[in-house]
Amino acid sequence: MILSIASGKGGTGKTLVATSLALSLGKQVQILDCDVEEPNVHVLLQPTIVQSKPVCIPVPKIDKAKCTYCGECAKVCAYHALAVVKKLVLMFPELCHGCGACSYLCPAKAISEEGRKMGVVELGYAGEIEFVQGKLTIGEAMATPIIREVKRHIDPTKSVLIDVSPGTSCPVVEAVRDSDFCLLVTEPTPFGLHDLSLAVDMVKALGIPCGIVLNRSGGTYNRVEEYCLEVGIPLLMRIPLDMEIARLYSRGVTLVQGMPEWRDRFLELFHTIEQIVAEHRQVRT
Amino acid sequence: MKEIVVLSGKGGTGKTTIVASFAVLAKNKVLCDCDVDAADLHLLLKPEVKETHEFRSGQTAVIDEKLCTRCGLCEDVCRFEAIKDLKIDSTACEGCGFCAHVCPESAITMEENLAGHWFVSDTKYGPLVHARLGIAQENSGKLVNVVRQNARSIVQKEGFEYIITDGPPGIGCPVISSLSGANLALLVTEPTLSGMHDLERVIGVCRHFGVQPLVCINKYDLNEDNTHRIESFCQEQGVEVISRIPFDNLVTEALVNGMPVVEYSRNGVSHQIEAMWHRVHKSLGKE
Repeated sequence: MILSIASGKGGTGKTLVATSLALSLGKQVQILDCDVEEPNVHVLLQPTIVQSKPVCIPVPKIDKAKCTYCGECAKVCAYHALAVVKKLVLMFPELCHGCGACSYLCPAKAISEEGRKMGVVELGYAGEIEFVQGKLTIGEAMATPIIREVKRHIDPTKSVLIDVSPGTSCPVVEAVRDSDFCLLVTEPTPFGLHDLSLAVDMVKALGIPCGIVLNRSGGTYNRVEEYCLEVGIPLLMRIPLDMEIARLYSRGVTLVQGMPEWRDRFLELFHTIEQIVAEHRQVRT
Repeated sequence: MKEIVVLSGKGGTGKTTIVASFAVLAKNKVLCDCDVDAADLHLLLKPEVKETHEFRSGQTAVIDEKLCTRCGLCEDVCRFEAIKDLKIDSTACEGCGFCAHVCPESAITMEENLAGHWFVSDTKYGPLVHARLGIAQENSGKLVNVVRQNARSIVQKEGFEYIITDGPPGIGCPVISSLSGANLALLVTEPTLSGMHDLERVIGVCRHFGVQPLVCINKYDLNEDNTHRIESFCQEQGVEVISRIPFDNLVTEALVNGMPVVEYSRNGVSHQIEAMWHRVHKSLGKE
């Protein structure tokens, strides 16, 4: 099963939930950190990295001897990464998405491709937990090629946990796509609710079943619970507002390490999700 | 005109809480919400929307099944795995148009996306330019540019002094669009290992784009050892820590009541936030 952990709003506890699930399962589990802009799973799991691979996207390289300056490449480039001015081809590699249209369509066959490094993928282990993370190079804008590369390491024979970046736009969609279930972590505030509703719309657009973890629960604000009932999304776990949990997290200690009684609750959460996914599959077939 | 952007790297450290309070404290400014895919500032500033504009950006491939001969060339050339069994997955399509260019039957057209909306609003604190990216849409960086450009034109037309921008989390495309060309970046962090790690990366992004960073440590008393570590790290980096804000239930209380915290209560954290605004204001003057 592929389970992604997303949220809409940042700082609601995605990584806390993802790492707690991984530690509770212990083995036959893979955790993928797809928050490639700010990956934090490693802070909590302290994995041993055994391999680091650059992630490159193919960008055009012009062979000046063959180029006829016809301008076709600039015309086909949807991202304005190429411009042809008289006897000069200007290239803006940071705009290139690596689609390959220019090299394929160049009538003079003057364009080859070379790799441009956008970040790295690192592989390792934390105990028996298999760890994969992507890291976007500082100053680079495009996170999705790194996320795609991280996801190529999915081992479908294992339980796969994907930690997702906050928000609802392209990096989130790329990370959540093809999951069997998406767990949305939120908090009982108007911000938590608003961004949760955006995340629910995004997950629905992708056709993925979802459930909710309410972090820092307690207090007087109960609109998140009301929302869950209204839209018929299961509220699968509550983690109370507890300064001790926050202090443990500040030191890089996950919930199940600091408070071992949570292990069973996370296992139960995982099994509940497995049941929902099995039912969902039955309905679809 | 001076532009200040509030960023954090890690999400949920308190950017919007601080921007909403600056909205109360600062005079003569335009407000900007550049967290276009999970915008929250409007929940506190209660804008009255004056203008709504469509944000059209990017394209998506559409296959005309009547013309398609199922040759499969489009599927072969697509590098974004956006065509499966000759069906376009619009959430995976990056709009490059490669498929449309190569289709021998010209069965594929590229259609412009309605990728979201942007708004110009009035609030009791001043004008607000904000946006909503469509569900599962891309090009958030371009939408951020549109929001900032329109905030700038309001400033020029109506003679404001500042733009105060609520930025997105992360370090990627919408962050770069929010940051480039700003006068100052206020980085809000928290004394957790994750917050520290993310701060380091967002300081790197500020350096890369030549924008001076200032740091605020929110909930500093959650872990004072980590707070000291952040302060020494910033000192090594030559980055000034201008504020430490304690954990205070008033912040959540104000939020639940839909108000900027400095307006909700004049006690507790409000003093620190006010002092921080004066400090930011001074830095902008020197800039």
